[in-house]
Amino acid sequence: MSNTQNNKPLIEVKNLKKYFDINTGMFRTRALKAVDDVSFDIMKGETLGLVGESGCGKTTVGRTLLHLYKPTSGEIIYDGKPIKTKADVNVCRKKATLVFQDPYSSLNPRMTVSDIIAEPLDIHKMYNTKEERRERVLELMARVGLNSEHASRYAHEFSGGQRQRIGIARSLAINPDFIVCDEPVSALDVSIQAQVINMFGELQEQLGLTYLFIAHDLLVVRHISNRIAVMYLGKMVELTDADTIYNRPLHPYSKALMSAVPMPDPNIARANQRIPLTGDIPSPLNAPSGCPFRTRCAHACERCSEETPAFREIEKGHFVACHRVEELN
Amino acid sequence: MALLEINDLHTSFFTDAGEVKAVNGISFNLERGKVLGIVGESGSGKSVTAYSIMQILASTGKIVGGSIKLDGEELVNSGEKTMRKIRGNKVSIIFQDPMTSLNPTHTIGHQIMESILLHTDRNKKEAYARAVEMLRLVNINEPEKRMKQYPHELSGGMRQRVVIAMALACEPDILIADEPTTALDVTIQAQILDLMTSLQKELGMAIIMITHDLGVVAQMCDEVIVMYAGSICEQGTADEIFYNPRHEYTKGLMRSIPTANTFGQRLQPITGTPIDLLNMPAGCPFAPRCDAAMKVCIKCKAERMQINDDHAAACWMNVKSGVESGEIEFAPADGEEKSENE
Ligand SMILES: Nc1ncnc2c1ncn2[C@@H]1O[C@H](COP(=O)(O)OP(=O)(O)OP(=O)(O)O)[C@@H](O)[C@H]1O
Ligand SMILES: Nc1ncnc2c1ncn2[C@@H]1O[C@H](COP(=O)(O)OP(=O)(O)OP(=O)(O)O)[C@@H](O)[C@H]1O
Ligand code: SF4
Ligand SMILES: [Mg+2]
Ligand SMILES: [Mg+2]
Repeated sequence: MSNTQNNKPLIEVKNLKKYFDINTGMFRTRALKAVDDVSFDIMKGETLGLVGESGCGKTTVGRTLLHLYKPTSGEIIYDGKPIKTKADVNVCRKKATLVFQDPYSSLNPRMTVSDIIAEPLDIHKMYNTKEERRERVLELMARVGLNSEHASRYAHEFSGGQRQRIGIARSLAINPDFIVCDEPVSALDVSIQAQVINMFGELQEQLGLTYLFIAHDLLVVRHISNRIAVMYLGKMVELTDADTIYNRPLHPYSKALMSAVPMPDPNIARANQRIPLTGDIPSPLNAPSGCPFRTRCAHACERCSEETPAFREIEKGHFVACHRVEELN
Repeated sequence: MALLEINDLHTSFFTDAGEVKAVNGISFNLERGKVLGIVGESGSGKSVTAYSIMQILASTGKIVGGSIKLDGEELVNSGEKTMRKIRGNKVSIIFQDPMTSLNPTHTIGHQIMESILLHTDRNKKEAYARAVEMLRLVNINEPEKRMKQYPHELSGGMRQRVVIAMALACEPDILIADEPTTALDVTIQAQILDLMTSLQKELGMAIIMITHDLGVVAQMCDEVIVMYAGSICEQGTADEIFYNPRHEYTKGLMRSIPTANTFGQRLQPITGTPIDLLNMPAGCPFAPRCDAAMKVCIKCKAERMQINDDHAAACWMNVKSGVESGEIEFAPADGEEKSENE
């Protein structure tokens, strides 16, 4: 939505892997490759959208970037500085934060709005006096359009949209540079969704925030993002600016995904030539050899099952992981 | 005579806090073989409308007025025995969560066969063959093998397809789908919607599609009903609703969603808070949130007004614009005078 302030990356991710150990029976564990070798940058002041089917690893990417999960391997560079030690992580925690999907379950019903918003301030000891704390809370509430009278009320007394505002105010408490928004509007009714989406845009303009924006609704992601990354089964398959991914996707999976979006316009919807995808997404415990998409790809050839396609820059700023991308497009 | 005729339906829940008028006088017809979409804000009464047709309301809920006629036969107060013959047989329903309809302790095959045996006079062997045929119809591969599997062994999209197979096994005249794809990924949603469309054409059944996704409506529906606070505020063909909305709530709804034209712009949300059914305003239920509200809107609820053959809306703005354009003229008073416009 807003323009990127400059072309310097705030976050650089290099060959990031996050595997989970899964018990698969007696004394046996196997690695579930939730995120398997992804590399990308997020520019200062930009919104990077992250899309892909359920279980493809979006949340895991977001949480690993915030060091809520320890990476299995790979490098995360924050504002030019590699995050390696515990001290690095702690510095990062004061700059980067998360907005959750579900405003209903992520707020403690027994805490007042004021205490919920002030919790990060308490944790990071970001005030000297009670008065300072109170002022900061009221300032944050005003930022997200909450009435100051609401400060002493409980979260369960609020509507979904208002609860999401409370959650966002809390995330803003530490003055972050970077926010991972994990399905922040999915639980909201469309009319409320629009209010919250606008607020994300306004906050970004006012505070120069950088977002990783994860959502199922591709039109919402398209609306809010500068660039969009598409994931499939733990891998990134395409990354480019938002317009291009919509108008000219290059990876066979992105093409199918974009063509599956139901457009809220009868003429466009009726004329849409859908690229059908058969079958279900494979389990990350049994990921196919070679290209992760090959079991559902209409263009798969022998090489696709033998060799994992590299995530290559096909044209300037347009990354695709497909062996056949040139001949197919 | 339409396949389904609903007339002035009222359904309420009797709670400690008072009577919740969840469905407050709605009327519509559903023709054979048509796809009707119902959209509207969360809590506007979409599901309660569906549950009223099926008479599967919670124990505190009751149809308190109006009529529901299926093929001319009155269903309201027809008794549980009649309804049991209707459900799953003439009218089937599928829900957002397929596990609402599936029993985790029985195999897929057992459950589909049970429904067939209950509603038809097929014997066991015929029911088995029919169940396999249905699984094949919903694109489940190796159906004989799947018959022996339990719901937890299938993915979410496959479970929803099984539920559709079960719902369609007895060839109902009407399939009610209450947010059938909300929990699914877009590519799986596309598979399910395509499947529903092709089955609908093949079997000639009618579908009532309840959803909050206007994209799904644009793709699937012939007709659309827009609900607000238990009432129908607008009804018409999909083209009329999308390209010529005539109720301020529908207009607001269309403006608030991201489309190809809103990219990079600010969305225009509907302001205010959703309605509280226990404290309904006297006039138009949308008036407290409506930017265009006039004095009359606050005082008096607008009746359904026919915009054209394919379109009706209950919004005073149509009177205002009709007067302004000269389409509505007030004859010199010779009886009661009327001056509702500003
Ligand atoms: N803490 C965990 N332990 C074990 N496995 C996990 C854990 N978190 C995620 N996974 C697995 O890693 C994979 C990726 O999950 P993730 O939650 O990142 O997906 P997602 O893309 O966010 O999906 P959704 O759209 O459903 O939120 C899944 O197979 C999931 O089951
Ligand atoms: N068992 C119940 N007891 C009391 N009120 C109820 C009950 N079920 C539904 N309602 C109320 O009836 C109204 C209509 O609910 P309904 O479930 O039909 O909404 P909906 O339009 O389907 O919403 P959604 O989009 O969230 O599914 C709501 O205000 C709801 O709170
Ligand atoms: S690498 Fe092969 S299987 Fe993978 S997307 Fe490209 S063509 Fe399809
Ligand atoms: Mg997730
Ligand atoms: Mg509902």
